Amino acid sequence: MRRSDLGEFEEVVLLAVAVLVPKAYSVMIAEELERETGQTVSTGAVHAALQRLEQKGYVTSVLGEATAERGGRRKRLFTVSALGGRVLTEVRSVRNRLWDRIVPPTLLEWS
Amino acid sequence: MKTPKPPSWPDRLLSWLVAPHLREEVLGDLHERFHRRVERLGEAQARRRYWREVLAYLRLSNLKRKPSAYSSPFYLSPVMLRNYFKIAQRNLLKHKGYSLINIGGLATGMAVAMLIGLWIYDELSFNTYHQKYDRIAKVMQSAVVNGEFGAGEYMPIPLGNELRTAYADDFISVVLSSWTREHILAYGDTKLTKTGNFMSPEAPDLLTLKMLKGTREGLRDPSSILLSQSVSDVLFGDADPLGKIVKIDNKLNVKVTGIYEDLPHNTAFRDMTFMAPWDLYVSSESWVKQAQDNADWGNNSWQILAQLAAKSDFEAVTAKIKNLRLKHVPETAYMKPEVFLHPMSRWHLYTGWDKSGNVEGRIQYVWLFGIIGVFVLFLACINFMNLSTARSEKRAKEVGIRKAIGSLRSQLISQFFSESLLVVAIAFVISLLLVQLMLPFFNEVADKTIAILWANPIFWLSGIGFSFLTGILAGSYPAFYLSSFLPVKVLKGTFRVSRFASIPRKVLVVVQFTVSVTLIIGTIIVFRQIQYAKNRPIGYDRSGLITITMNTPELYGRYNALRNELLQTGSVTEMSTASTPVTNLNSRLIGFDWEGKDPNLKEQFGTVAVSHDFGKTVGWQFIEGRDFSRAFSTDSSGMVLNETAVRYMGLKDPVGKTVKWNGKPHRIIGVVKDLVMGSPFEPVYQTVFLLSYEWASVINIRLNPNQSASESMAKIETVFRQFNPGSPFDYKFSDQQYALKFATEERIGRLASVFAALAIFISCLGLFGLASFVAEQRTKEIGVRKVLGASVFNLWRLLSKDFVMLVVIAFGIATPIAWYFLHHWLQKYDYRTEISWWIFAVSGFGALAITLLTVSFQSIKAALMNPVKSLRSE
Repeated sequence: MRRSDLGEFEEVVLLAVAVLVPKAYSVMIAEELERETGQTVSTGAVHAALQRLEQKGYVTSVLGEATAERGGRRKRLFTVSALGGRVLTEVRSVRNRLWDRIVPPTLLEWS
Repeated sequence: MKTPKPPSWPDRLLSWLVAPHLREEVLGDLHERFHRRVERLGEAQARRRYWREVLAYLRLSNLKRKPSAYSSPFYLSPVMLRNYFKIAQRNLLKHKGYSLINIGGLATGMAVAMLIGLWIYDELSFNTYHQKYDRIAKVMQSAVVNGEFGAGEYMPIPLGNELRTAYADDFISVVLSSWTREHILAYGDTKLTKTGNFMSPEAPDLLTLKMLKGTREGLRDPSSILLSQSVSDVLFGDADPLGKIVKIDNKLNVKVTGIYEDLPHNTAFRDMTFMAPWDLYVSSESWVKQAQDNADWGNNSWQILAQLAAKSDFEAVTAKIKNLRLKHVPETAYMKPEVFLHPMSRWHLYTGWDKSGNVEGRIQYVWLFGIIGVFVLFLACINFMNLSTARSEKRAKEVGIRKAIGSLRSQLISQFFSESLLVVAIAFVISLLLVQLMLPFFNEVADKTIAILWANPIFWLSGIGFSFLTGILAGSYPAFYLSSFLPVKVLKGTFRVSRFASIPRKVLVVVQFTVSVTLIIGTIIVFRQIQYAKNRPIGYDRSGLITITMNTPELYGRYNALRNELLQTGSVTEMSTASTPVTNLNSRLIGFDWEGKDPNLKEQFGTVAVSHDFGKTVGWQFIEGRDFSRAFSTDSSGMVLNETAVRYMGLKDPVGKTVKWNGKPHRIIGVVKDLVMGSPFEPVYQTVFLLSYEWASVINIRLNPNQSASESMAKIETVFRQFNPGSPFDYKFSDQQYALKFATEERIGRLASVFAALAIFISCLGLFGLASFVAEQRTKEIGVRKVLGASVFNLWRLLSKDFVMLVVIAFGIATPIAWYFLHHWLQKYDYRTEISWWIFAVSGFGALAITLLTVSFQSIKAALMNPVKSLRSE
């Protein structure tokens, strides 16, 4: 499996899905990311990322219940698949390993 | 509080763009986000953000439709479509003859319809070149004299001034104009005879001339002239024309102040190649000046154009000005004169009134040709349908097999439709080519400058729309009927076409031939009418007679010198002057009185002033009395009448009696046979001839018949050069002028004959196709008959009988229809031919002969076939 097929935005979205399960859908994810990053995130961008993730098999989706404020339309709820979970862990461990190898003086310089 | 709603049209945009399986979640997400933002940030902010949200969804992954789980329908499958086209192509190529007849006939029909359509379009768009088209009117007047309605556009000058001042609110401008007449334009050595008008200075603006140089204000200068581009090009070539001095009629020096684009062919003023100021005209012509200075309401000699104010409409203003003439010339009350506005949009098609005041103008021809066009097209469609239905029965087996291997009925229907649409499309392309080829010829016959409207969407829309309709109509029978066959029956061979399947075809053939025969009869009668009028005795000899307009002062007062000089050349046998050309009686005057005149008669006479030698020049023939003669000095107050005038006045023994004209007595010295000076279709007008050398506007010359015309003309030209050096030598042959009187009728005749020929051609094509189809269908029957001893003649009769019957029925229907319409048409001519029975007989036999010729080719071919061959194949 190539690591490069998980983009940075996709990774963040995937993480957000993991956090928000079982109520992970575009709107919630977009707002969560806005809260976390402080930048405006459109549902369209999130939706596109989710589509890609689903295509790659990292998330699965089902249609959820409808609400009035959605004009009676159902939402698509996402969960991280086992494969998605494994990819996330792998990405994280790569990062952790790299972090761990940064020498303390460099870290000190940044802070 | 009402909950705020997101703007609705992004929703529509998205639900149109976004793939159906994503629509629900996408729209749902958008709305939910919107509501949450409203709660958090307020509505305005939420709305602003909404747009960016929407735009974020417009990406390819959202637009792409999910592939369907089912296979796509046949009409989207290229393989199946290709198969349909292949079969259509094979069918066309396999039966080349049929395809040719089918496509050729349809293309001809469409081409004719297209031509007629273009012609009608041109007629309807007449004068629309002028941008103020719908606000311009011609001021006209009507009167009822002796119970007959008449309308004219000859108006008095003071009416123009009155409209300008007393009705200033209703008119933006009122333009007085002379008639479009020939004048001499000279610049340096270049001298041209050109037609043009003298008009009020508002005229260029009224007519919205497109100025290429100078401005529309150019006419305000009283000695100025506006030239059309073509005249300017001839006069000045590449030099700058502005400011150059041009001489009109050898007497008026004017400065060129503007050049306008030539007026297009389909405008009323197309012959106006220059425009000079009205004031110049008034000051140069004493009779006009007199009329203007004295505000003479009695001299109706000019035209008045007007542009209506924005808030006024034609009817309302007409009602206001209706009685102006009556008010100023109360003595005309007996003829109920009415002034009215004739809108520019009606000039071309609705000018002309019958004796009771009903409009009869060119619009009738527009209708006539429109109907012919529709019929020809209809004929072509009938053919097309007939042949395709006839052919399609041959394809029953194909239908059976297609059904057996799984075709649905709807598939077969669309297959047949696409086939007929393909054929129609080919025919449409060919018809475009045909029209392009025929246009030059057509333009010449119809006196038009029509071109295909390549850039006009309406043209394409109607052309393609019509083709589509034809395709659907023609394809509907095979599509719906054939596709209903039961495959089992068809393939087993027990399939029989019902006895009545051919009835609609027969009806269509009858309709076709009814139209064709009607057109044949119509054409014959139109030509008979023209010939009848042409053969009419005209009372003078028009061959070898030429007229020269006296348009410069040099030609006046030198009558005898000019005459002697011309006679000496030996090319001229006689010369005289007259107040009107012999082919155009343009002056009708009142004020005559005679003994025994009915006091209630409002008399009017065509009045012609002639010189002593007029009679010998034109060759009129005396019934009683004698010609003007120099031997009698009293002849200066003599008068010659025509036969009609004698009848009109109710005189017995006219010679020697006295007629007073405006109080002055004239003695009648002779009566001549009627001279046809006006329309040859109308009765001759009562005319008097008086002696006058001052009242002259044309020179008549009789050429020596023993010399060639070109030689004579050269000699005459030298004489005129000597007498009138400042003018170009322009002359007109009277026989040509006379022939022009038939132009309208001949045009109609020629167009009608072309259309009739095409209609017959199309009908015959159809018949030919049908005959061959029938012959083919009955191959076996013919074989059996031959074996049993039928002769070729028997078989020929058998096969031709059906068609002859149809044509006879068609003839029976066509005769009363044609009689009705032509009788009606002839009523408008006073001098008209009769509709004699032989015309119908000839048309009927003609149609029959053509039918037999067409059918015989096929039936004899079938009858000559070897029965062994036709019976062997089982």
